[in-house]
Amino acid sequence: MKAVIAAPYTWLVVFFLLPFALVLTIALGTNDPDSAPPVALGFGFENFARLFTDKLYLTAWLSSIRIAAVSTLGCLLLGYPMAYAIARAAPARRPTLLMLVMLPFWTSFLIRVYAWMGLLAENGILNQFLRWSGLSAHPGTILGTEWAVHLGIVYAYLPFMVLPLYVLLEKLDTSLLEAAADLGARPVAAFLTVTLPLSLPGIIAGCLMVFIPAVGEFVIPDLLGGTRTLMIGKVLWDEFFTNADWPLASAVAICLLVLLVGPIALFQRQQAKGLERTR
Amino acid sequence: MTDPIVRIEGVAKRYGAVTAVDGVDLEIARGELFALLGGSGCGKTTLLRAIAGLETPDSGRILIDGQDMTGVPAHKRPVNMMFQSYALFPHMDVAANVGYGLRREGRPKPEVARRVAEALALVKLEALGDRKPSQLSGGQRQRVALARALVKQPKLLLLDEPLAALDRKLREGTRFELVRLQEQLGLTFVVVTHDQEEAMSMATRLAVMNAGRIVQTGTPHELYEHPATRFVADFIGVANIFETAPGRWLALRPEKIALSAERPHTAHTATGKVADVAYEGDRSLYRVATHSHGTMLVSTANVHRTRDGAFRRGDTVWLGWSDTSGQVLDA
Repeated sequence: MKAVIAAPYTWLVVFFLLPFALVLTIALGTNDPDSAPPVALGFGFENFARLFTDKLYLTAWLSSIRIAAVSTLGCLLLGYPMAYAIARAAPARRPTLLMLVMLPFWTSFLIRVYAWMGLLAENGILNQFLRWSGLSAHPGTILGTEWAVHLGIVYAYLPFMVLPLYVLLEKLDTSLLEAAADLGARPVAAFLTVTLPLSLPGIIAGCLMVFIPAVGEFVIPDLLGGTRTLMIGKVLWDEFFTNADWPLASAVAICLLVLLVGPIALFQRQQAKGLERTR
Repeated sequence: MTDPIVRIEGVAKRYGAVTAVDGVDLEIARGELFALLGGSGCGKTTLLRAIAGLETPDSGRILIDGQDMTGVPAHKRPVNMMFQSYALFPHMDVAANVGYGLRREGRPKPEVARRVAEALALVKLEALGDRKPSQLSGGQRQRVALARALVKQPKLLLLDEPLAALDRKLREGTRFELVRLQEQLGLTFVVVTHDQEEAMSMATRLAVMNAGRIVQTGTPHELYEHPATRFVADFIGVANIFETAPGRWLALRPEKIALSAERPHTAHTATGKVADVAYEGDRSLYRVATHSHGTMLVSTANVHRTRDGAFRRGDTVWLGWSDTSGQVLDA
């Protein structure tokens, strides 16, 4: 019994706490390109100070949050009707529909993002289609813009929005909607006053499950966003690999973590409340 | 019936191969407490939901207050329903639940508050307006559901098994409470129930349903004393039913039979041994194994406090009844 309880804690200590302590130590040191690893240990907050003074980092933070927020909203607007439709489908058809939502996970994430490059490139399938169909002779290129990043994030994270919403909407007692109709609520009013408030925990869970990883997303902005899209995950990568500035990269990593602790805590509280309600 | 509040004409509803309601015609008068009585799956709830607009009949039509309701969605019908599960909105407090229908009508806030308070007073829940449904007992929830359905003062209030979720003690008190409210407000109630005792004691008139059809409609007294078919005789109360001639039966209620030690001077008699005695306090139920009529149930009222004259298991007894004691049935 004790071993069972100890296992996750041991895991956390070895694979989270120790690396975190390592990263924190590096973040407090200074960059020393001549040593290997390129770090001179110390105890200074210059790296953190730079993050808050250099405009580049601030811009990257804000644009990460903005891109993640807009993409989350996109996921919600697309995912809610999907989850609603699946929850209202005939019970026999629901597993198939859920399977279709999950199906993309069977292919490598990286390959799917590359596929989007093929779709959105200047000579990609989308533009070829536009030219061929005559809809647009000189279509612009989506690849390399923020639009492509939004598209990529919405595409990649949609299942994370659909699943928690589905779980909640599927549980929703349909007699509540009948009662609302019986009391004179038009379908839209019944949705706004009954379905929507009762699915709020699912909305919050889904939004956080998309927003939290999207803020630190690196692959999608790197592959689809080109050089113009600034996101903190990409900044981290650049500091680490391009500039070989380990201490600064570590400071970015720690700030990212601290920034996400808020939403994660909110998510945990929401989950705990949800558990209480079902009890 | 002149000017009924509800007129149901040839309504039928099928779910795949199952016929839930099979051509029902029914009229419900203004100000009645009408009960739809039947076992599970007899179509009574489907019929009630069709009146509310929650089910669309495959054929036939329903008129409420003279207006054809075909194609009128639930939210535009002048009826309100109390759901068997109560269907209270879990995210709203009691006052918000009760006021929901008034807010949908766009009534001004002070009016909503006043009418919610009135409705809560009617069901004696004035003090619980700010509670959530999860903080209420089963009986309190039932009354919130009732107040929510009553607050708009609908022409017609539909109640789906209103007492089924309550425990026995509460059920009896609430039964009288419902009758009192119905009379006080002068509304028409249509109650769906599987409990014949509940239907008999509450309703001014009732319809017995079986396999999607209405078997008989009448006052509780008519149904009990003059059942039209063996199904009704058996479903309502207890009856000894036996064939008197090919295709003719007699339904005889246990309390209409006289029990004696000597052969009685009645038109019809039977004799046999007491197989079982169930003492129920106010009355005793005897199962008598007769030679002529099989096992018969006889009940006697225990009007005296002594056990004098009571029969025991194994006693030989005589049963007697007259020509008018039972109901002759040909179906």
